[in-house]
Amino acid sequence: MADLSTRIGALTLKNPIMPASGTFSEELAEVFDLDCIGAHVTKTITREKRSGNPVPRVCEVNGAMLNSIGIPSKGADLFVKNTMPFYAAYEAPLVISISANTADDFARFAEEVSAPGVAAIEVNISCPNIEDHGKAFAIRPGSTEDVIRKIRSATHLPIWAKLSPNTGEVVEVAQAAEAAGADALVTANTMLAMAIDSRSGEIRLGNVMGGLSGPALKPITLRMTYQCAKAVAIPVIGCGGISSVDDVIEYLMAGARAVQVGTATFISPNTMPRLVAELEATLAARGLASLDALIGAARLADETITLAEYA
Amino acid sequence: MSASLRAISDSAFAPAGLVRQPSIHELEARIKSHEWVNGQYRLMVLAAPDCVLDCRPGQFFHLLCPQTDRFQPYFRRPMSIYGYDRERGELSFLYKVAGTGTGALAELEAGDTLNIVGPIGQGFEIRPEWQRPLLLARGVGLATLAPLAKECASLGRPLTAICSARSPDLLMSTDLFRDCGAEVITVTDEEGNSGVESLTALIEGLIATRGINAFFTCGSARLMRMLQDIGTRHGIGGQVALEQHMACGIGMCQACVRPFRRADGAVNLRVCREGPVFDLQEAM
Repeated sequence: MADLSTRIGALTLKNPIMPASGTFSEELAEVFDLDCIGAHVTKTITREKRSGNPVPRVCEVNGAMLNSIGIPSKGADLFVKNTMPFYAAYEAPLVISISANTADDFARFAEEVSAPGVAAIEVNISCPNIEDHGKAFAIRPGSTEDVIRKIRSATHLPIWAKLSPNTGEVVEVAQAAEAAGADALVTANTMLAMAIDSRSGEIRLGNVMGGLSGPALKPITLRMTYQCAKAVAIPVIGCGGISSVDDVIEYLMAGARAVQVGTATFISPNTMPRLVAELEATLAARGLASLDALIGAARLADETITLAEYA
Repeated sequence: MSASLRAISDSAFAPAGLVRQPSIHELEARIKSHEWVNGQYRLMVLAAPDCVLDCRPGQFFHLLCPQTDRFQPYFRRPMSIYGYDRERGELSFLYKVAGTGTGALAELEAGDTLNIVGPIGQGFEIRPEWQRPLLLARGVGLATLAPLAKECASLGRPLTAICSARSPDLLMSTDLFRDCGAEVITVTDEEGNSGVESLTALIEGLIATRGINAFFTCGSARLMRMLQDIGTRHGIGGQVALEQHMACGIGMCQACVRPFRRADGAVNLRVCREGPVFDLQEAM
């Protein structure tokens, strides 16, 4: 049987399949045994209670979803009291996704959630909804370095920095996160987008703009994963539009050591367990004993047709 | 707080509640029949295994509508259960062909398969003290209330059902309600007897003559508010099945929230999880 395990810094996951933050919660335990996946990643929590954005909070566009949920959060206290004990009953490592409005608030909150039972903290420095006009820390290297450095000094736990596709400085942001002490990168969050009903003129999200996810996002976040894996030494976790085992393998070949599955779970709630089984079958079919031969295996085609030949 | 709401309070997620056996199933179901019942509505009957037929009236399934030449839905579509029959191994949906999802669904034929997820959500609860229920259904809400009528019949509760539609040809399931022993009253916009004023008089008359002491409704915000008013005046409680844009359908994404009145102010609840059936007076 192929070994699907993968290492994200000091953390060993039994397989590389885990949920993307915001597309996973306790309710999924009513669909499948949550211990079959590599890690549990919570929906982003904030220290204070937040009610979230006006409805409609989601809409579908061709092959993709737009969302502007707005990080409704029951607050840190209820999370510790109710959600943490639920996940403690599972073996899969628990990764808590957190958000805050300032770098200092991020650091303070990271310190507070650094409790026994938490395996890593994913810092959502990229959610395009939470700041005005979609601005986020992960859009610029300077703000990324500042927030990660402050979080680094506040917690001993591994820090996973969730990056944004809404930046023109992918490599610089990734390197800033690494230099500031991030233990892994997650590439990436949703892409800022919008939809309008052409008949009525109505904007289709209550928050006007929202994040694009699903298959339409994949080529963009796959490219980011490739860029980041080339540019940093810390592990990269791919995320964006994964619904098939081929998607998983593409991300691994781009250099990801693990992947997060998000919107696909909404279309088929059994997507993650299916991907674990199919990845194992694929490795067996290809005669591979582990993921090692796949990670970073992307290469140019043997016979590259040059632009001159097209001309 | 109603029992259906209590069931999902935070304590439900204590470690002792660890679920290792799935209760929500995703499976391919074969379509046994798929017929037009009038110019706008289709009835789909699926062959379904026992594991998904342990349903409650008011619960729903999340359907993966197909990709067709005309329609390419991406999300699943929530669809309230019209009927479930363990003996016959059948699950049925009565739906209005209205948009991208139902348009695609309508193109399926008997013999095709449909991927379904469910059963999902908190269904209706007929409390012991609710001995003389009134069902008020508007349009597609008839489909949602049909299994509740069957449940009332099996509990031996005398039932009155008011079915409202735009025109007489769009009234559906009145025979099903009658087969359940219900007294059926139909009202339509075309006949001019479906407005709030005439319905209020009708219902207050029924309270006086039939001793109606519970309301169940689906399909109209206007009629829901009317029942809230009548209920407040007469001290009658009840439940309402509601809709909202959904993405995941099982409680993860927080997309389908609506506000509800609580003693300490309004709270957002998920229609897919805390609902789709809610306390009538808490709905806003």
